[in-house]
Amino acid sequence: MATKYELKSKEIWDGNTAASHALRQAQVDVVAAYPITPSTPIVQNYASFLADGYVDGEFVMVESEHSAMSACVGAASAGGRVATATSSQGYALMVEVLYQASGMRLPIVMTVVNRALASPLNIHGDHGDLYLGRDAGWIHLMANNPQEAYDMTLCAFKVAENKSVRLPVTTNQDGFLVSHTAQVVEPLDDDTAYKFIGDYTPMNPMLDTSNPATYGAQTEEEWHFEFKASQHKALIDSAKVIEEVFNEFEKLTGRKYNLVESYKLEDAEIALAVMGSAYETAMVAVDKARVEGIKVGLVMPRSFRPFPYNEIASKLKNVKAIAALDRSCPMGAMGALYNEISGALSANGQAAIMTNYIYGLGGRDTTAEHILEVIKETNENAKAGKRVTDLQGFINLRGPKLSFN
Amino acid sequence: MKNITTLKEFACTPDRFNGGHRLCPGCAHGMIVREVVNATDDDLVISTATGCLEVCTAIYPYTSWDVSWLHIGFENAAAGISGAEAMYKALSKKNKSYNPDKNVKFVAFGGDGGTYDIGFQSLSGATERGHDFLYVCLDNEGYMNTGAQRSSSTPIGAHTTTSPRGKLSYGEKNRKKDLTMIMAAHGCPYVATATPGSKHWKDMAQKAAKAISTVGPTFINALSPCTTEWKFKPEDTVEISDLAVETCMFPLFEIEDGHKLTVNYKPKNKLPVEEYLSKQGRFSHLFKPENRWVIEEIQKEVDRYWEYLLRREEAGV
Repeated sequence: MATKYELKSKEIWDGNTAASHALRQAQVDVVAAYPITPSTPIVQNYASFLADGYVDGEFVMVESEHSAMSACVGAASAGGRVATATSSQGYALMVEVLYQASGMRLPIVMTVVNRALASPLNIHGDHGDLYLGRDAGWIHLMANNPQEAYDMTLCAFKVAENKSVRLPVTTNQDGFLVSHTAQVVEPLDDDTAYKFIGDYTPMNPMLDTSNPATYGAQTEEEWHFEFKASQHKALIDSAKVIEEVFNEFEKLTGRKYNLVESYKLEDAEIALAVMGSAYETAMVAVDKARVEGIKVGLVMPRSFRPFPYNEIASKLKNVKAIAALDRSCPMGAMGALYNEISGALSANGQAAIMTNYIYGLGGRDTTAEHILEVIKETNENAKAGKRVTDLQGFINLRGPKLSFN
Repeated sequence: MKNITTLKEFACTPDRFNGGHRLCPGCAHGMIVREVVNATDDDLVISTATGCLEVCTAIYPYTSWDVSWLHIGFENAAAGISGAEAMYKALSKKNKSYNPDKNVKFVAFGGDGGTYDIGFQSLSGATERGHDFLYVCLDNEGYMNTGAQRSSSTPIGAHTTTSPRGKLSYGEKNRKKDLTMIMAAHGCPYVATATPGSKHWKDMAQKAAKAISTVGPTFINALSPCTTEWKFKPEDTVEISDLAVETCMFPLFEIEDGHKLTVNYKPKNKLPVEEYLSKQGRFSHLFKPENRWVIEEIQKEVDRYWEYLLRREEAGV
């Protein structure tokens, strides 16, 4: 039996500490992980919890991220609660097995600390890894600060293990900007947190050897499509469960999360869409813009997958122009947020003017002043009633202007 | 540890690996797997790397496995089984076992591609971490599931589609990696070689029983003659297995605790390697005059290695 960890009602935690305490409180049965900057402290903290008796499961310190996710698949199919953590190159090495974990409908929770993908090598935060895992069949939840990193990780277990979902979940926090930035976090006590998540409910565990289970069978053209389509349907339908879990979490903590977060959107004429810590920077920019008389608001998909198409379109139904800010280089296309939101608007018969901004790659600073500029440009589009700015721009990029139309 | 005495008794063990699978007629994989999974009375959780065994035994909605079974990918059978074993330990520790009265054992199978090559890191890692599992390499000396491409287990001189014989080529140029010794060097409590030869069914079954009952990571390298790509008749699988042992191309030995080596079978009359090579189409080009020297080199290497095994056994270190 694990020793209880006495927590204060307010702790000063960075995002990594917050995520690791959530893993501890979930009483995970098996954590299989490999250290990588900037998520290494999650793995270290978990090892310390084990060394001091605060967790009593198995901690498997594997030889690569590929094996980390493979061991997670083995452990989850065996029948128990499983979690891991990673970033960037480690995430990239896992990608093959991410698809296998979701295809086998295994409710693994992975706390991802987002970091740029090489080359060039860079240890700082951007969403290159998150976007790489976009189609991997996982639920991706966004956390903008240490409190959210803690809250989303608790919620992640409850969503993943829900019988109608049974899908793996990542929680995402920006490398260094959230993972290494200490803020006030209000944690739940251990008993309350565990009670919120609940006991793990097994489904076809391999270790129930009286009822042998087969995981990872082959399906060719007769069945593969049906499997993938039903997995996709489960992912789409998980939105409802995510909302239910968020509602339950609000009752417990007073902290309200939504599939689509928004800020000052009620009377907004233009909007920005942005995920991660930059959402909070953008709130400051919105306040500044409103002082200047620009009616601007913000949206953020709390759940990047499943993508809340209708909810986001509904939130944006009254705006005339939208700038989607993507923290990942789309490499020959428009950013993912731009594409998803454009699709959501189109599907709902809305026609706001869309532009795309790429920002913060490799941890490049993005300040409220930078975002205020984006707001002003977006406002130009709204005033003109057509796009008069570049289709895709780069925020705080040095050298020649690389934007294009 | 299961007591294995007569073939009749052993053959009557209720099958955990059932027929009706899609392995080629004459494939040694099925023989080896059946012996291994029937070599224990404990419950089993199996993991299998992508390869012939996997694609032929669990094609939805069918399965040949009457035990819990997991296939993830080509390179991670060992990592997958290590996770399952860790979960078993975790749940036992927390008094949450599914069947508290039963012992569960963990076995992973991989071909030589999934073991010598792409899965080697995962196997080395799981072994070093000391998980309690048996890993069985079904060594058919190449990527046979995809039509005979070379692996690091392919022996010198063998024709494969990526080390083909040709006007300027005698086939594979590199020596077969000595994976058994590499696994022993991990300090495993038990490492052995095996093959489904006519005299050696019991050797293999007993080795599997011993490996499964040994606590900690154990490894069996099982030579699995491939009728389809080694080019011999399906009914000759056992004969080829026998010749591999009688020529000492594939000697049967075991190593305990990383060092104590025992040679399990010493041929009364060690046959020349030609006896083994000449029965297989993959080596037929070696019998051309210009390639004869390769056979001589193979013989020299086989003799050297056999001498090494005998001396090491004798030294007892």
